[in-house]
Amino acid sequence: MSQRIPATELSANFRGRAGEALADGQLSSNFRTAMDSLMQKRANAFPDADEREGLRELGNRIKARSLSKLPDLLEQLEQKLTENGVKVHWAETVEEANTLVHNIIEARKGRQVVKGKSMVSEEMEMNDYLAERGIECLESDMGEYIVQLDGEKPSHIIMPAIHKNARQVSKLFHDKLGEPETEDVNQLIQVGRRTLRQKFMEADVGVSGVNFAIAETGTLLLVENEGNGRMSTTVPPVHIAVTGIEKVVANLRDVVPLVSLLTRSALGQPITTYVNLISGPRQPDELDGPEEVHLVLLDNGRSGAFADAQMRQTLNCIRCGACMNHCPVYTRVGGHTYGEVYPGPIGKIITPHMAGLHNVPDHPSASSLCGACGDVCPVKIPIPELLQRLRQENVKNPEEPQLVKGGGAKFSRKERWIWRSWQMLNTRPGLYRLFLWAATRMRALAPSNVGPWTENHSAPVPARRSLHDLAAAHLDSSGETSS
Amino acid sequence: MSELFYDAAPNATRVAPERETDRHYPDKPEAVTLFGTCVVDLFFPEAGLDAIRLLEREGIRVNFPQAQSCCGQPAWTSGYRNEARAVARAQLEVLDRPGLPVVVPSGSCAGMFRHHYRALFADEPDTLKRVEALAERTFELTEFLLKVCRVQLSDQGEPSQIALHTSCSARREMNTHLHARELLGQLDKVERVDHDHESECCGFGGTFSVRMPEVSGAMVNDKTRSLIDSGAVEMVTADGGCLMNINGSLEKQREAFRGRHLASFLWERINGSAAGEVA
Repeated sequence: MSQRIPATELSANFRGRAGEALADGQLSSNFRTAMDSLMQKRANAFPDADEREGLRELGNRIKARSLSKLPDLLEQLEQKLTENGVKVHWAETVEEANTLVHNIIEARKGRQVVKGKSMVSEEMEMNDYLAERGIECLESDMGEYIVQLDGEKPSHIIMPAIHKNARQVSKLFHDKLGEPETEDVNQLIQVGRRTLRQKFMEADVGVSGVNFAIAETGTLLLVENEGNGRMSTTVPPVHIAVTGIEKVVANLRDVVPLVSLLTRSALGQPITTYVNLISGPRQPDELDGPEEVHLVLLDNGRSGAFADAQMRQTLNCIRCGACMNHCPVYTRVGGHTYGEVYPGPIGKIITPHMAGLHNVPDHPSASSLCGACGDVCPVKIPIPELLQRLRQENVKNPEEPQLVKGGGAKFSRKERWIWRSWQMLNTRPGLYRLFLWAATRMRALAPSNVGPWTENHSAPVPARRSLHDLAAAHLDSSGETSS
Repeated sequence: MSELFYDAAPNATRVAPERETDRHYPDKPEAVTLFGTCVVDLFFPEAGLDAIRLLEREGIRVNFPQAQSCCGQPAWTSGYRNEARAVARAQLEVLDRPGLPVVVPSGSCAGMFRHHYRALFADEPDTLKRVEALAERTFELTEFLLKVCRVQLSDQGEPSQIALHTSCSARREMNTHLHARELLGQLDKVERVDHDHESECCGFGGTFSVRMPEVSGAMVNDKTRSLIDSGAVEMVTADGGCLMNINGSLEKQREAFRGRHLASFLWERINGSAAGEVA
């Protein structure tokens, strides 16, 4: 599972990767153990179901309200941040965002970048972009540091290295850094800490993500547990924050319930160890902080989702990862199977807007629609409903105008014909009863191989008599009509 | 009462989420319509017949319209909205009898009537009125027996240990998973045993099971393993889809353990071993 292949080459083959992941017993076991623990932590963090449901409802409304005035809030955010001395940049595509970041670094002749955890920078593949231009970009989040060291991508949006256990991390540190092997997690963390401490001091630029951008005050809020976020945003002379346009909220009051939902849903924490509120560069009377602060606001398909009232709910996401922790599919196949930056249920509904459905044609189908994700989503994104909607977009005729980029990726005349036949069977009662009659009378002829179904099941054999038949006989004999 | 509720300190990895139902239940009606569901129709017809018997035992006249077929869910969850809509419209016609409750021996098909038909007909205001009326009078079987009929079951069977599998639709769309527990709780010789990751999907998901057989197979393997390991002698469920998935997998694995529909289980328990002859 340590592939480092461009996402576009992987994306047409979810099933293949799922099969490989399922065959890897260590991987499955790492995920099951970790996800069980995370589900338990979340449950413990919300002991009162009424309080939890009230808070989720509030979170949903705050996000819906913020999105309803998204253009205005973004304008206000830019104005306030500018007043605070933060330079605001807009990027429609990841290429634009990378160019912006690169230009900022080049203007300072920067060669070393230290990065706090940021999923948007993963969207941008910023590390690779900068590396190709001679700039070293080091991940400072422990999990991100581990996956970067191994040339991998994150397998979870909150816990990037969750697919590895302590033994595997120890081996990695031994192989790559020459460290003695140990399964003591604290010792392993010390290894990372030693390396990173030095890098924070040397770095020319610090990059971070943003959890919430507050329009009223021009504040960037960043939660984290390792202190690396604070180091990345305060020690280097330049701080570049990158985030998606959907992260903006109206005011600090809106943030309180959202942060509570985020930390409790993600790791079961009442609050993270660090909550950074960044309002601008170092002021003349201040002792520390960066000389320059930049914010890059990235669209990357988000405005496409925004344009559709139903799909817009995708942008409610506050990136807690609870949907993946509770997903029976993610739990079994892990994050790399999705082949994209955002794995799990949220990845399945957001990636099509970024990469196009044609690049992730199997994503909408990779769900039993069990509903666990929608049940735990802190901002009540109806993920199963949106998956179903994407399935509709997926089977449209590609020659028709598409609402979602790359729609019609699963269009098949053969499958449409099958469903048309199914429709005919189920809308003509006489035909349906004839089918029942034939299937039950000729049950001995039922095929023993029914495609993929018989990979996991014995072949289904129809009963001797259908319920239509039995009910008619029963209700006649008991004197009732069966109209 | 503790038997009826999921553990006070919830073990998220093992039990279903707690839910309160705020649905208003009518008085017991004289007659109902049974919507058998296509899976029960073809593969578990006895379960449908046992549902009819359970309802008749409560003095209710059961109609079984011969024009019914499928609720439309397979096409709906596959993205074929128009095809699903045509089939749904046919059922709407068949079930369009104001005042007559519709009882469904499946949480997912009942959930289709109660929730997804709204999405199917969102752009047809007139149809939507009929959809709302149908949603209002649709009940999952265990919910109907417990909340509308207020059944009192008297256990005539031998002591037994069983595992209860609740479908995702029963838990998340219908809030009816506790009803099955409560019904089983009325059977004094039946001990319901927990199984690991009880609230996790069995992996069926309609066409998911054939579109993603690797993942679906891993899910049903885990489900059957935890059911067998629970120490129960059999599994009961109120959903035909899950039953077909779980039993089909058990048979493929050559395991002796089996599941059966809750309606058949209940009918047998209240009639003792002679249940089969009562028909």
